[in-house]
Amino acid sequence: MDKGKCALEPKSAAVHYANGLQNGFCSPQRSSGSSGGSAAAGPSVAGLGCSSPGSSCSCSGSSGGGGHGCFESLHHHVLQEQQHNGSPAKRSRLRRRTESVRKNRPPFPWFGMDIGGTLVKLVYFEPKDTPAEEEQEEVENLKSIRKYLTSNVAYGNTGVRDVHLELKELSICGRRGSLHFIRFPTQAMHSFIQMGRDKNFSSLHTTLCATGGGAYKFEEDFRTMADLQLLKLDELDCLIQGLLYVDSVGFNGHPECYFFENPSDPESCVKWPCCLDNPFPMLLVNIGSGVSILAVYSKDDYKRVTGTSLGGGTFLGLCCLLTGCETFEEALEMAAKGDSTNVDKLVKDIYGGDYERFGLQGSAVASSFGHMMSKEKRDSISKEDLARATLVTITNNIGSIARMCAVNEKIDRVVFVGNFLRINTISTKLLAYAMDFWSKGQLKALFLEHEGYFGAVGAFLELLKSSDDPRDDP
Amino acid sequence: MADCARKGRTRDSMDKSITLPPDEIFRNLENAKRFAIDIGGSLTKLAYYSTVQHKVAKVRSFDHTAKETEGDPLYEISVQEEITARLHFIKFENTYIETCLDFIKDHLVNTETKVIKATGGGAYKFKELIEKKLRLKVDKEDEMTCLIKGCNFVLRNIPHEAFVYAKHADSEFRFQNTHPDIFPYLLINIGSGVSIVKVESEDKFERIGGSSIGGGTFWGLGALLTKTKRFDELLQLASRGQHSSVDMLVKDIYGGAYSSLGLTGDLIASSFGKSATTDKEFSKEDMAKSLLHMISNDIGQLACLYARLHNLSRVYFGGFFIRGHPVTMHTITYSINFFTKGEVQALFLRHEGYLGAIGAFLKGAEEDNPNQYSWGENYAGSSGLMSVSPDLNPMQRARSGTFDMLEMDRLERQLVNLPLLQDPSSYVPDTVDLTEDALAREYWLSCFEDALDGVVKRAVASQPDLPQAAERAEKFRQKYLHKLQTLRHQPFAYGSLTVRSLLDTREHCLNEFNFPDPYSKVKQKENDVALKYFQKVVMSLEKLSWEQRQFALVKGLLAGNVFDWGAKRPWLVDCYNEWLERLKGPPHKCALFFVDNSGIDIILGVFPFVRELLCRGTEVVLASNSGPALNDVTNSELQILTERIAAMDSVIQTALKEDKLTLVQSGSSSPCLDLSRLDKALATVVLERHTDLVVIEGMGRAIHTNYYAMLNCESLKLAVIKNSWLAERLGGKIFSVVFKYEVPFKSQELKQ
Repeated sequence: MDKGKCALEPKSAAVHYANGLQNGFCSPQRSSGSSGGSAAAGPSVAGLGCSSPGSSCSCSGSSGGGGHGCFESLHHHVLQEQQHNGSPAKRSRLRRRTESVRKNRPPFPWFGMDIGGTLVKLVYFEPKDTPAEEEQEEVENLKSIRKYLTSNVAYGNTGVRDVHLELKELSICGRRGSLHFIRFPTQAMHSFIQMGRDKNFSSLHTTLCATGGGAYKFEEDFRTMADLQLLKLDELDCLIQGLLYVDSVGFNGHPECYFFENPSDPESCVKWPCCLDNPFPMLLVNIGSGVSILAVYSKDDYKRVTGTSLGGGTFLGLCCLLTGCETFEEALEMAAKGDSTNVDKLVKDIYGGDYERFGLQGSAVASSFGHMMSKEKRDSISKEDLARATLVTITNNIGSIARMCAVNEKIDRVVFVGNFLRINTISTKLLAYAMDFWSKGQLKALFLEHEGYFGAVGAFLELLKSSDDPRDDP
Repeated sequence: MADCARKGRTRDSMDKSITLPPDEIFRNLENAKRFAIDIGGSLTKLAYYSTVQHKVAKVRSFDHTAKETEGDPLYEISVQEEITARLHFIKFENTYIETCLDFIKDHLVNTETKVIKATGGGAYKFKELIEKKLRLKVDKEDEMTCLIKGCNFVLRNIPHEAFVYAKHADSEFRFQNTHPDIFPYLLINIGSGVSIVKVESEDKFERIGGSSIGGGTFWGLGALLTKTKRFDELLQLASRGQHSSVDMLVKDIYGGAYSSLGLTGDLIASSFGKSATTDKEFSKEDMAKSLLHMISNDIGQLACLYARLHNLSRVYFGGFFIRGHPVTMHTITYSINFFTKGEVQALFLRHEGYLGAIGAFLKGAEEDNPNQYSWGENYAGSSGLMSVSPDLNPMQRARSGTFDMLEMDRLERQLVNLPLLQDPSSYVPDTVDLTEDALAREYWLSCFEDALDGVVKRAVASQPDLPQAAERAEKFRQKYLHKLQTLRHQPFAYGSLTVRSLLDTREHCLNEFNFPDPYSKVKQKENDVALKYFQKVVMSLEKLSWEQRQFALVKGLLAGNVFDWGAKRPWLVDCYNEWLERLKGPPHKCALFFVDNSGIDIILGVFPFVRELLCRGTEVVLASNSGPALNDVTNSELQILTERIAAMDSVIQTALKEDKLTLVQSGSSSPCLDLSRLDKALATVVLERHTDLVVIEGMGRAIHTNYYAMLNCESLKLAVIKNSWLAERLGGKIFSVVFKYEVPFKSQELKQ
C-alpha cells in the first residue's frame, strides 16, 4: 500500500487533506485564533453522563429489551427492513456501485473500525447531501443502518455514540456529512459480527476497513460468520493518519489539540486550545489497554520506540480487583473522590521531609502502594483511595517512561492519545504536570479531543483510498 | 559468678530463636571496634572491625657463619602469634535484634568505641534501643551514600562478586570477572521504591532517576490482592502462578503475534488487562505472578532507558526486591534482555544485602582509610550466596537459622593486575569453571573429600607440641566437610567454583583452626636434602653440551614436580623445539618466574634454570607466595634458600649483588595463581625491569589456573599432570607433560 499517495478524490476532500498538510494542518474550516477550548470541553463532560455503558441504559432510543448483546436491537430493526426488500434492492445496489466507481469513491456505508483489546472504536460517515433520487434508490438496509446509528446515542447495553465528538460539515470524496464516533466493548464483538450476518451486510459490497489487533483476531469470524472480508490495516499507520487528518480538519471550527497552562500549579492550571502547526517530530503516546510510544518524524516516517503493559487495562483491571467496580466510569468516579497519599508512601513518610541529598520533594511518591505493606493501613483504606492510587500510579509511570523516551529521542513535544484519557482529567493534568516538572519545562504535553478514535479514523481514510484498489473491482 | 548466670540466661533466651550458638555468629567481639548497623524493613545487617590473633609459621635462618654440623636443619621454624584485621558482617532478621544487641553488649570488652554508624529505614525506629543496649551513640548516615560505598568496596575486593542470572542455563549463576576499572556503572536499588544511581567514581555519584513502582508496590498491592501478608509468601505464590490468565497478551488482542512490530503473541499487552474484562475469579498465585511481571518489567524498562541515555552497559540490581530471590532475578533479567535486545545484562551482587552496612562501616572508618588496603573474602567465615534461602537449601536453613555472615580479611598488600596481561578485563584465572561443568565438579568435590583424612593427619603431625591439635584438626575436618557439602548443593556459593577456590577454602579453614602451615616440617626436610645436591647438579649440567643442557634444565623443572620421570617426547603439549630455537636468539631482558614447590623443585629445578638465564644475561624476578599453601615455597623460605645457594654459587651471588636476581612476593597464599590479584610491588618491579618472559610452573599455577591466560610477552607454562582424571580430560595419561611456550602475536610479527 502506497501510503504517500492521496487516493481521495482530488477536487473535494483531497483538497482539504492536501492543503491541510501544506498549511501545517491548519484546516481551512478552522476559525483561527478561536479560543474554543471551553466549548470543546463542555460537550465532553456532558457526553459523559448519558454514555456511561455500565449504567442502567435508559438514555437511548433503542428498544433494548432484554439487552444481552449490545446490538440486539439493531438485529431486529435490520431484519424487519430486509423482509421488505427483494430484487429491486439488487438493481439499485448495482447502479449505486457503478456510480461510485465512476466517481472513484467507495460505495456507502463508510466505516472505519479499530478493534482494540478492550474497546472497539467505530467511525461512521453520515452523508447529508444525498440527492432525493439517490435516497429513493438507496437500499433499505443501508438506510436503516444510517437511521439506527444516527438517531441513537446508545446501542444495546454497552455501545455508545460520543455525540460531543461528532465532526460536522465534513467534505469527503465529494460528499458532505458528519463523522460519528461510536464505541463498544471488544467482548461484544461476536454480537456485532452476528448483526452483520443477520442484516446481510455482505450484500452491500462495502469494504470493512479494520485495524487494531482484533482485525486479525476476528478476521476469520467476520468471514465465516458474516461472509465479510476485512481489509486489515496496521494500527500504528492508522493512528498517525487518523490523528493528522482530524487535526487538519479541526473540531467543528475549533482546534483539535489542547494543552494545560501552568501545569505545575493546580490552582491556575487551565486547559487551552492550540494548533499542531508543525507537528513533527512528536512523541506519540497511545494509551489504550496497553501503551505504545511512537516517535513520528513525518506523515509516513515513524518508529515505535517502546511500549508498556501498564496502561488503561491495568488501571481498570486493578481497580476492578481492588474495589469491585465494573466500569471505567465507575473507577474514575471513585478515583475522583479518593486520596492516593493514604495508599502511597511519600518521600516525607520515609525521610520526614524532602530528601535533599537527591533533590527529592517530600511530596513525591516514594513507593506506590507502599503504605499497603502495613496490615492496619490495609484494613482501614477506602476504595476511593485505592482507585485514586491506582490511577496516579499508572499515570505517573506512563509519564515517566514517555519523558525518558522523549529525552532519548530528543523530541520535546509529547502528544498523549488513547481512551485511557477519556473523561480522565486527573490523568491528563497529571501527565501535563509530570512532563513539565521533571523536564524543568523542557517538555510539553499535548492532548487531542478525539483521544481514542484516531485508529478508527485512519482505517476509515484507508477505505476512501482503497476504492481504486483493483481487488475491490467486481 | 553473677556474670556467668547472666550469660547463661542470655544464652537460654537466644536458644529459642537462634539455632546456631551466637558465639559462632558474632565472632571476635572481644576486639571489636567501629560498629555499623543497617536496619532494613525485615533484615538487620551488623558490621564491625576486629582483629584476629592467629598462628603463623615463621622461618628464621640460623647464623651460618658459625660452624655447621651435619644434620643441622637449614633454618628454624617457629609458630608465632600474629594479629590481622578482619571485617565481620552479620545479617539477621529484625525480630532477633534485641537478643543480638544483648549478646553483643555482654561480649564487648573494648570500651573505646563510642559511636555506631547507622543507616537504613529502620535506623530511626531502633535508635533508642541501640543506644540503650550498647551505650553507643547512633550516628545516622545517608542510605544511598552507604549503598554506593559498599558497592564500590565489594566490586573492588571480591572476585566474582557480580553475576548474571540465567534460570534455565546449566548453572544459574554466571559470575563476572573483576573488571580492573569498576566505574562507571548504574545501580538500580529496588527497595520499597526504585532509585537509579549513576556511579562515576568513588566519590561521584548521582541519583539520575527512580520510580515509585518497586518492592513496596509488589508487597502492598500484592497483599491487597491476595490477602497474603509476607513478602516472601507473595514471591512463593508468584512462582507458582500463571500470569497469562490475568494479563492481556498480544495474542489475546491479535489472535497471534503482532508480527510487523516483532511483538510475539505471548508478550504482555496489558498487565491485569483480563481482570478488567472477565468476571471470573483469579487465583492468588496468578495475580501475584502478574504483579511480579508487571513490576519487574517496568523496572527493567526504566533501567534500560536510563542506561541508554547515559550510555552505560554495567547495570547492577539490588534492594530487598532482589535480595537473593531467584524469581525476581529471573523476571528482571528477562525484562532487561527484552528491552535492550541483549545489549545490557542485568548484574546482581553476591553480597548485595551487605552494601549498606559495609558502606556505613566505611564511613565510620574513613580516618583509617580502609580503601588503601586490599581485602579478601574469608571462605571459612562466610556463609556464601543463598545460605538462608529456603528455596535453594532447606538443609542449610535448618542449620544456621536465619543468620548469614561475611568475613573479609585485610590483606597485607595491595593487590593489582599483572601489567603483562593482554586484556585484564577478560582474564579468567581458572581453567575449568566447576559451576558449569557438572562432571568435573562431581569429580573434584569427591577428590577433595577423599583427601581430607590425609590433610587432617598432616595437620596434626605438623604440631606435635601444640595443645589440642587433634581436636582442632577434627574441627577443621567438620568445617571443610560442611563447606564441601554446601558447595555440592550450591556450587555458586562463593562465586565460580574452581579447583582454586576449593584449595583456598581449605587453606582458610586450616588457618581458622590454627594450622597455618601443616607442611612446614616437610618443606624444611626436603629443602635440606635438595640443597646438598645443588652443586652436584650444577656441575653435571656444566659438563653437558649447550643443547643437551637446555633439555636437561627443562627436564629439571618438570622432574621437580614428579618423582618417576619417564615421559617420552612428544609431550602432551610440546613446544620445546620452539623454545630451543628461541634460546638460540638474543637473551630476554627480564624473566618473571612464578615458583611452585619447596625442595627438589625449587633448588634442583628452578635454580639451575634461573642460573642459565642469568648467564645468558637475562635478569630474573622470582615470585613466591606471601603465605604458606601446601608444600609451596614461601617468600621467607625462599630468601633463606637463595642466601644458602648464593653462598655455594658465584653466579647466583653476583646476580644478587648486582640486583640481577630479585625475590618478590606474589601477595597470595594459594597453590594457584590469580594474575589479577598480585602484590603491587611485584607489578612495579615487572614494569621497571621491562619483563619480557613469564615462566609459570606447576599444576596449580599453570594448569588449574592460567592455562589459557594471554600475556603480551613470551611465556612458558610447564607442569606434569599428576592426576589421571585431569590428564585424561586433556587427552593424555597420568604424568603427561605440558610444556607450553607462547609468543604473543605482536612480537612474532616483529621478529619476522
